[in-house]
Amino acid sequence: MEPAMAESENNGQQGEPILRIRQLVKRFGGLVAVNKVDMDVYPGEVVGLVGDNAAGKSTLIKCVSGVYQPDGGEIYFEGRRVRFTRPMEARDAGIETIYQDLALAGNLSVSANIFLGREVKKRYLGGLIRTLDEDYMHAESQKVMDKFNIRIPDFSQEIETLSGGQRQAVAIARALYWRAKLMIMDEPTNNLGVVEQRQVLELIQELRQQGVPVILISHTLPDVFAVADRIVVLHRGFKVTEKKASETDSQEIVQYMVGALDDNRVLA
Amino acid sequence: MAVGEQEIINNGAMTRQRERRKQLVLLLSRIWAWVFLGIMIVFFIITVQLSSGGTVNFLTVRNSQNILVAITSVLLLGLGQTFVIIAAGIDLSVGWMMSLASVLSALAIRDSFNAGQPLFAAVVIGFLAAIAGAVVVGFFNGVIIAKLNVPAFIVTLGSSFIVRGIALLLSDNTTVIGLPPGVRDYGNNALLYWISGEGGGLYFLNRPDVSGEMLRRMDRILPYPVILTAVVVAIAIFLLRRTQFGRHTYAIGGNMEAAVRAGIPVDRHLIMLYILSASTAGIAGFLSTLRFTAGSAVIGDPLLLSSIAAVIIGGVSLFGGAGTVIGTVIGALIIAVLTTGLVMLNVQPFWQFIVVGFVVILAVLIDQSRDLIMGRMETTG
Repeated sequence: MEPAMAESENNGQQGEPILRIRQLVKRFGGLVAVNKVDMDVYPGEVVGLVGDNAAGKSTLIKCVSGVYQPDGGEIYFEGRRVRFTRPMEARDAGIETIYQDLALAGNLSVSANIFLGREVKKRYLGGLIRTLDEDYMHAESQKVMDKFNIRIPDFSQEIETLSGGQRQAVAIARALYWRAKLMIMDEPTNNLGVVEQRQVLELIQELRQQGVPVILISHTLPDVFAVADRIVVLHRGFKVTEKKASETDSQEIVQYMVGALDDNRVLA
Repeated sequence: MAVGEQEIINNGAMTRQRERRKQLVLLLSRIWAWVFLGIMIVFFIITVQLSSGGTVNFLTVRNSQNILVAITSVLLLGLGQTFVIIAAGIDLSVGWMMSLASVLSALAIRDSFNAGQPLFAAVVIGFLAAIAGAVVVGFFNGVIIAKLNVPAFIVTLGSSFIVRGIALLLSDNTTVIGLPPGVRDYGNNALLYWISGEGGGLYFLNRPDVSGEMLRRMDRILPYPVILTAVVVAIAIFLLRRTQFGRHTYAIGGNMEAAVRAGIPVDRHLIMLYILSASTAGIAGFLSTLRFTAGSAVIGDPLLLSSIAAVIIGGVSLFGGAGTVIGTVIGALIIAVLTTGLVMLNVQPFWQFIVVGFVVILAVLIDQSRDLIMGRMETTG
């Protein structure tokens, strides 16, 4: 079997990777949650990040999104070395993370959530009085929804009246509207019905078609195989393999997830 | 596959039916307070007529104006509170804040007038004194709540004691009197005067110089405190519904975490909310000084719970994220109509507490049963 590292260098991706992670280390006390992990994401690809519980997926992703500061290694985004100290810095750079809890205000409408914290205002009396420009925000929300084929019946509806899949779509639409260059999605299909899971996966494919790269964290291998171009497997903080989705199957990936297979051992 | 499709179509029909039922429940829960207010007014019109043998009418110009004057204090206390509670906070200091503002504005009016200021300037200085006091107290509350993360309940409970002590110290534990008599006009004159019957008519701005029997027939329409309160209500509606400030208030109450992640300056916003809350209480205190031509350190405290009751009856959720200014206006009206109506029925005044108490609980029950019904519609169907 070819070592994973060699394969990733030569996997037919075009251009420079938008995200490059090199030898990333994150420790919590004595526990090494992420241990010298390398990972690349190229424009317009979906990378599945899988692993058992405590494999280090979430920790790795939180280092990229600015929630944690790594203890070692480097992160390059769009070719530049980045050190995010707060999540806001990562967002400003164009890395949007969609967590399971979505960070939407359930009592506000769809367009209010898309523009939350960045509301567009109409100015009166030379800016002395500023009101929300609901019509503009509504129209812009409609545009981004149309662009990514997201269907939500009524934008004035409060988020809490929407289904789980629709909420997921709103969270993604918000990230897209604010020009996310990389989307990180943490278990986006959890707690969703079958139809909605399919909608979210279709949306991820839509993102790839429009050139927005996605890191998809998931336990659900069929979902990962449905959309991912490449799959990275973590086990106890180590990257144990990286494979093209077309050149592997879930049986093999499970072997890696439980630690029965490990490319590092082959290397050693 | 065909079975699946059929299921989806069936689901669609059921969803639409459920949607209609949901809208109905939502509508009912939204308008019940209006309906309740209407029923109460009709109830008092009939019972007051019956109990007085047809001699007393509940729905008169005079009575309606009395009710409007009666609600100004409770409503002003409730307005700032509405914002605070929508943002999932609470401000228990507004009662004593009103007292402090009453004392501060009375002292400022008296001393500046005695120092030679014209009456109008003295009244303006009194207003500024009340607002300045409110800004200090609100800033104190807000900073400790937002920056030091102490629960709002505890901070404002503590500050209400502090404010109470300051108000009593400043007033020397007595009513602040000796204000220029002209102050009375600011607190009690009205936009319109109406003298019914023979020789009467409608007077604009100028209080007609009448006495005796004609004075008894004269009604004040829209006294200045009511007009000022109405202006504050209009500003509050605008602020909450049309501005970024209002939008952020709802967002913080709906999902604090989401507000932080969206980059809303949550700490600054919370500080502004507690300043706003103290300020509407400050205006209430200022108006009471004008109305009674005196400052009182004990005028606000009894109104605190009524104002929170008005907010809750008006449909503001104590968990934050939901509520309207109009709701609070209705809540305050319901309390005032109840109080006035019971007095006119010659019922012992203590009954009003019992009735208001039940109405508060009823309001929360209606809110909860809505959520319960809606939740059940979501899960089953």
